[in-house]
Amino acid sequence: MALTESLYTGFGSWNPLAWIVAFIISLLIAWLIWKLGESDYHKDTEQIKPYLSGNAEPEKGDVHVRAGNMYWGFTEALKGYYDILIPLHTGILTDYMIWFLCVIAIVMVIVIGGGMI
Amino acid sequence: MIYNLPYIAAVIIIILGIITMVTKKNLIKIIMGLSLVEAGVNLFLVATGYVSGGSAPIFTNAASLKMVFPTVQAMTLTNIVIGIATTAMLLSFVMVIYKKYKSASVTDLGRLKG
Amino acid sequence: MISDWILQNLPALLLAVPMLGAFATPLFGHVSDSARNTWVMLVSLATLVIAGLLTNEVLINGTLVYTFGAAQPSLAIPADSAGIPFRIIFTVDAMSVFMAISACIVGFAVSLYSITASKKMSGKDSFFALLLLMQVGILGMVCTGDMFNFFVFLEINSLAGAALVASRIDMGVAVEAGLKYAVLSTLGGLLVLFSVGLFYGQYDALNIAVIAQNMQFGMLDKVALVLLLVALAMKSGAVPMHFWTPDAYSMAPSGITAFLVVASQASLYGLFRVLFTLYNVTLDYVTTGWVIIILGVLSMFIGVTMAIPQKDVKRLMSYHAVSQTGYMLLGVGVGLAVLGDETMMNAFGMTAMQGGLFHIINHAMYKGLLFLTAGAIFYQTDTRNLNKLGGLGHDMKWTMLFFVIGALAIAGIPPFNGFESKLMIYESVFMFNPALSVIAMVVSILTLASFVKVFHSMFTGPRLPEYSEVREVPKPMLIAMGILALLVVLFGVFPQPVVDFIVTPAASALVDQSGYIAAVLGGA
Repeated sequence: MALTESLYTGFGSWNPLAWIVAFIISLLIAWLIWKLGESDYHKDTEQIKPYLSGNAEPEKGDVHVRAGNMYWGFTEALKGYYDILIPLHTGILTDYMIWFLCVIAIVMVIVIGGGMI
Repeated sequence: MIYNLPYIAAVIIIILGIITMVTKKNLIKIIMGLSLVEAGVNLFLVATGYVSGGSAPIFTNAASLKMVFPTVQAMTLTNIVIGIATTAMLLSFVMVIYKKYKSASVTDLGRLKG
Repeated sequence: MISDWILQNLPALLLAVPMLGAFATPLFGHVSDSARNTWVMLVSLATLVIAGLLTNEVLINGTLVYTFGAAQPSLAIPADSAGIPFRIIFTVDAMSVFMAISACIVGFAVSLYSITASKKMSGKDSFFALLLLMQVGILGMVCTGDMFNFFVFLEINSLAGAALVASRIDMGVAVEAGLKYAVLSTLGGLLVLFSVGLFYGQYDALNIAVIAQNMQFGMLDKVALVLLLVALAMKSGAVPMHFWTPDAYSMAPSGITAFLVVASQASLYGLFRVLFTLYNVTLDYVTTGWVIIILGVLSMFIGVTMAIPQKDVKRLMSYHAVSQTGYMLLGVGVGLAVLGDETMMNAFGMTAMQGGLFHIINHAMYKGLLFLTAGAIFYQTDTRNLNKLGGLGHDMKWTMLFFVIGALAIAGIPPFNGFESKLMIYESVFMFNPALSVIAMVVSILTLASFVKVFHSMFTGPRLPEYSEVREVPKPMLIAMGILALLVVLFGVFPQPVVDFIVTPAASALVDQSGYIAAVLGGA
């Protein structure tokens, strides 16, 4: 089985097939545990309706957590960072060119100056 | 010094073009700046291909055997053609933008940001 | 007979076929839509086959030199030219075919996808002609052995790319993105041409091998190095010159976006070619290597953090493309930083480079796949706004499956291909500088986090009433995504054959400057 060789990174190896086998076995175990449980799910009964402490079910669109609400905490925690970073993306072509030219200037100083030191 | 004059001129034109591109607000002027950069690069290319006293490599009735390859001239022509295509495309972009945005100012060209 | 002729002229055919295809596309478009579609698919497939044959040829027989206009394609140096190769020469080594094959695979999938996805568009003749021309540009950039020729293909690539970005005018916003892309790439291209002029002025040559052989690394060469390095890094979308990337990627039609990823990678190839083949150890490899590493780390980190708050799914993915480019720059930059030190090179430099290069082909596959799935969503719902999407997993099961594969691959979750290349990068970079490796892992985690957000907001949740009409996308689009998804999984499950077969030769070819020179100029 030459094809199933592990990936040698030069420091260790990693065998994708072994990983997959382990994954399948763990799925199998999970499935067995699930299978041991009692089946009490019945389709087409009241069971399938969402139960929200007795309140009426809201509109479908309101149940879904929209993307804008996700990672609010993350961006809020890094507010200082994002407050600087996002305004840099001005969308103005001139700024894009200025960044480009600035990087040329900086790298020019590093490469040419670095050789002289 | 006098032999370096074409190079200096070319670099000055390139720098002028870049300054135009960065400081002007009108898109057409930015594209003019781009054309200036291109003209400067073309001048630079042609300048590297000139050898004093050299002639074109045509052996029939050649006055002297000191000849210069016309490589850079070919390169310059290619770049001119590419430049025309680019400029035409950019100007047509500006036309569409002016129609849709009712403005050709680079500061109004910021609907995509963040 | 004919097969011999094809085998002898593979490098020329690799460009001639898509170029002929591009210019004939409008003719077939006059006949009928299906005639044009068949033609485009045939050309794409033929290019893929040629790239495959060429890969096979180069990997077996070593670097292939193809001289245009010579009596024999292998006659790089004319007898009466005093050892100067003045013709245009294609030097196709393992690195070139590595890039070419990945470009052709993505190109094929993209054509198959676009044929259906562009149904609602007008001007399809020029659309497909430009698509094929862009492929010509990419393939030319990776195959050529001539600096000026490289510039010409770079311009073909950027012009076609910019026109395609703007092709869906979209109230002018797409044109805005196209204009930004075109202006920046033209400025970058002119700086590349200026450096070519600097080389020609000094060495009287345009051939990469000849310039590399005579490289002095004087003041003018340093200026040329900086201009080439920064211009090509800008074209490949490295931070802080990445601003055009999200604009252009998000506004282009999705198939084109997948292909723009490859176009950026062709610029990345140009950057590596300049650093390793043109300059190699003559340059100050530690300083330049660190410049590349810093660009890479900035790209990784700023790319991924900018992606997290995005609302537009394609814009989000574009920032991830910036971030993944950082991995390639990091891997190859580490290789460059230890280039002159043989023990360090053997210890981890080569692995870092292999990881970086392997990431290129992996990225082309999974990022292409992700952009195609985003396009599939847009095709059915007409919106890219994540805040409006939801519940699509009920009706678009295949798209969801492909999206999950792509998302897990980009986040570096085993057993998908992104994991293998990232593993190689982490381990080798850890030997070089542990802090860089830690940053790379953190970026990977953030990537996963942001794709969890995308997955949640597009596919999960109840069926939304506004998308009750949404169905699975047509078969050709699914097949195109399926090809890429299959490759993502295959590369992930069998990484070692891929690394052995194409990645290691590519990395060795890139480092081996003398081999490149000898292939063109003979054993001098």
